[in-house]
Amino acid sequence: MSSVSLRNVAKRFAGFTAVHPLVLDIPEGSFVTLLGPSGCGKTTTLRMIAGLLDPSEGEISIGDQLVNNIPIHKRNLGIVFQNYALFPHKTIYENIAFGLKYRKVPAAEVERRVKDVLDLVQLPDLGDRYPNQLSGGQQQRIALARSIVINPDVLLLDEPLSALDANLREDMRIELKRIQEKIGITTIFVTHDQSEALAMSDKLVVMSGGRIEQVGAPKDVYDNPRSTFVADFLGSSNILSVRCEDADEKRVLVNAGRLGAVSVPREKATDIGVDTSAKLVIRAEKLCLVPADAAPDQRMSVEAVVETVDYQGQAVRYFVRVGDLQLQALNMIEDRPFNEGEAVSIRFRPQDCVVLREDS
Amino acid sequence: MTLEKREARRPWLLLSPALTTIFFLLVVPVIFVVVYSFWLRTASGADQPGFYLTNWAEVLTDSFYRDILFHTLKIATITTVLCAILGYPAAYFIARSRRNKAMLLMCLMLPFWISYIIRTMSWINILGVSGALNSLLLASGIISEPLQLLYNETTVILGLIHFLLPFMILNIYVSVEGIDETLEDAACSLGSTRWQSFLEVTLPLSLPGLAAGGLLCFVLGAGTYITPLILGGPTDAMFANLVFEAIITQLDWPLGSALSLVLVAVLGALILIYNRFFGMSQLMKGLS
Ligand SMILES: Nc1ncnc2c1ncn2[C@@H]1O[C@H](COP(=O)(O)OP(=O)(O)O)[C@@H](O)[C@H]1O
Ligand SMILES: [Mg+2]
Repeated sequence: MSSVSLRNVAKRFAGFTAVHPLVLDIPEGSFVTLLGPSGCGKTTTLRMIAGLLDPSEGEISIGDQLVNNIPIHKRNLGIVFQNYALFPHKTIYENIAFGLKYRKVPAAEVERRVKDVLDLVQLPDLGDRYPNQLSGGQQQRIALARSIVINPDVLLLDEPLSALDANLREDMRIELKRIQEKIGITTIFVTHDQSEALAMSDKLVVMSGGRIEQVGAPKDVYDNPRSTFVADFLGSSNILSVRCEDADEKRVLVNAGRLGAVSVPREKATDIGVDTSAKLVIRAEKLCLVPADAAPDQRMSVEAVVETVDYQGQAVRYFVRVGDLQLQALNMIEDRPFNEGEAVSIRFRPQDCVVLREDS
Repeated sequence: MTLEKREARRPWLLLSPALTTIFFLLVVPVIFVVVYSFWLRTASGADQPGFYLTNWAEVLTDSFYRDILFHTLKIATITTVLCAILGYPAAYFIARSRRNKAMLLMCLMLPFWISYIIRTMSWINILGVSGALNSLLLASGIISEPLQLLYNETTVILGLIHFLLPFMILNIYVSVEGIDETLEDAACSLGSTRWQSFLEVTLPLSLPGLAAGGLLCFVLGAGTYITPLILGGPTDAMFANLVFEAIITQLDWPLGSALSLVLVAVLGALILIYNRFFGMSQLMKGLS
C-alpha cells in the first residue's frame, strides 16, 4: 500500500492536450475518485499512473519512489479495466494465478491465495470455468480478484461498473467498497457517474477539459461547489446571474431579480466583492414547491407556475416559470405531485445557496 | 407453408446459382478426371477407355513420383514457415497501428492488381544474369562476372514467398485485429514484460489466424507449377509440374489425371486435419 502523488503531470497528443499540468496527492489507503464527463482526461491520467502512457511532463511518485521511468510490469499495481480484460483462453484459476506466476510464488501458495481471493469476491467455485461462461457481474469480480491477488501497492479502476446493468451496478458498488475497506488498499477510481463517485469516495477529484476543477470530500464538493461546472455536473443546479449589492464578514447580499434579494452566508460566498456580477447557485433539490396558498415560513418564497412535470416514482422533477426565468426543482412527493399549469409557491433557504464569481 | 419452413428453405434458394455453377464447373470435371485416371494410353497415342489400374500402380509405386511429392511438401513447408515468420510482425504492426491502417492494408492488396505470372517473371529482371542486382554488383566492381542467381530451389522459395506472403499477412491481421489490446495491458500490469504478454495472450489467441494463413500458403504453394517453371531449374520440379508435363507436353491425360488426384488427396487430407482443429469458418474470415 502506498500513496500516489502527481506533480504537474500533463499529457499532450499530437496537437492536443488531453491533460493539463495537474497536481494531485492521493493519501495511503484512501479511495479517490476521478469524476468528470467523457473525454475530460480521466483515463489518460489513470493510464499515466499505471505506466501505460508516458506523461509529457511532470513527475509521478508511488510511495516515495519516482516511477516515471519504471515500466508497468515493475510498478506492482492492480488494474481493473472497463471491459475486464480477462484472458479468454485461460480458466478463471489461470487468470487469477497469472500475476503470481510472474512473481515466482510457490505452487502451494498460489493455490491458497487464489482460493482466498475467490472467497473474498464470493465466487469460490468458478476456478475451472472460462471467462465467457461467466455473467458480467461475475467477470467483474474475477477481474477485481485477479488485480488484488498480487497485493498491489495501488488499485486502479477505470469505469469498472459501467458495463453492468443498473441493479447489479449498485450491488457491485457496495461489494467493491467492502473489499477495498477490508484490504485497505489505496484506490483510484475513475467514473463519469456522480452517484458512484459520491457514494464511494473519501476524496473526490472533479475534472473537466483536462483540468482539475475541484478536490475535496464528496459532501464538501457537493455542498460548496467552487465553479458553475461542478455545481451543474454534481446533481442539477439552477444558476442565475446576479449582482452583489452589499457584503460584510457575515453575509453577502445579492439581487436575484425576480427571486428578490438573497442574503447568503459568507462561507457560501467567498471572495465576492460589493457591486460585482456573480452567479447564484440553487440546487434543484433545495428548491421546494408548496401550494400557492401555503402559510409563509422562514424560507424565501416566490410565486411560480409549473411548466413541466417529470414523474420519477418517489420523486418528481418540476420545471417552473418565474417571469422570464425557468427553474428546476427536484422534490419528494408528499401526497400528490403538482400538475402542469398549476400556480405554486417556491421556497428556498439562503444558506442553501452558493454565490460564485462571474468567471468561475 | 409456415414462415419457419420458408426461412429454412431460403439459404438453399439463395445458394442454388452458386451450387449449380460449382457442380458443373468443378464436380463434373473432377468426375471426368477420376474416370480418366482409369483409362489407358496406348502406344498410338489414343486413350483406351476402360478400368485399368496401370496409371495408379505407376503413380503409387514409382519412387520418382514419391520423391517429387516429398520435395513438393518440403518446399511448401519451408515457404509456409518463412511466410509465418515474415508475415506475423507485419500483420501485428498493421493490426495495432492507429493512423495508417487503411493505407497499409491497401499496400498489402496492391500486388493482387498485377498478374501472379508477371510478378513471378519480375524476379528474372532482378536476379537474372543481366538483371538489376548483377548490374549493380558489376557496376560497383564487387564482382567481375555476373552471378548465376536464378533457377534453383532458393529462387523457387523466394518466388513462392512473394506470391503467398500477402495471404499469410491478411489472415494473421484479421486474427490480431480481433484481439482486445487491453488484454496485453492487463498482462503487463500483472507483472509480465511486453514480450511475455505477447507470448501469453496475443500469440495463442491469434493461432487460428496463423493456422488459416499457414493452410492457405501450404495448399497454394504445394499446388503451384508456375513458380518452379519460371524460377526453378531442371531439378526443381514440383508435383503440379508433373501433371502439367503429363497433360500438356505428353498429352497423357490418364496419367496426368491420376497424378493430379494424388495431389488433391494429399492436400485434401491436410484440409480435413485443419478443419478438425480450427473449423472452416476461420479460413473464410481471412479471405473476406
Ligand atoms: N492516443 C490518443 N491520441 C489522441 N488523442 C487521445 C488519445 N487518447 C485519448 N485522447 C483524447 O484525450 C481526451 C481525453 O481522453 P480520456 O482520458 O480517454 O477521457 P475520459 O476517460 O475522461 O473519457 C479525449 O478527447 C480523447 O479523444
Ligand atoms: Mg475513459
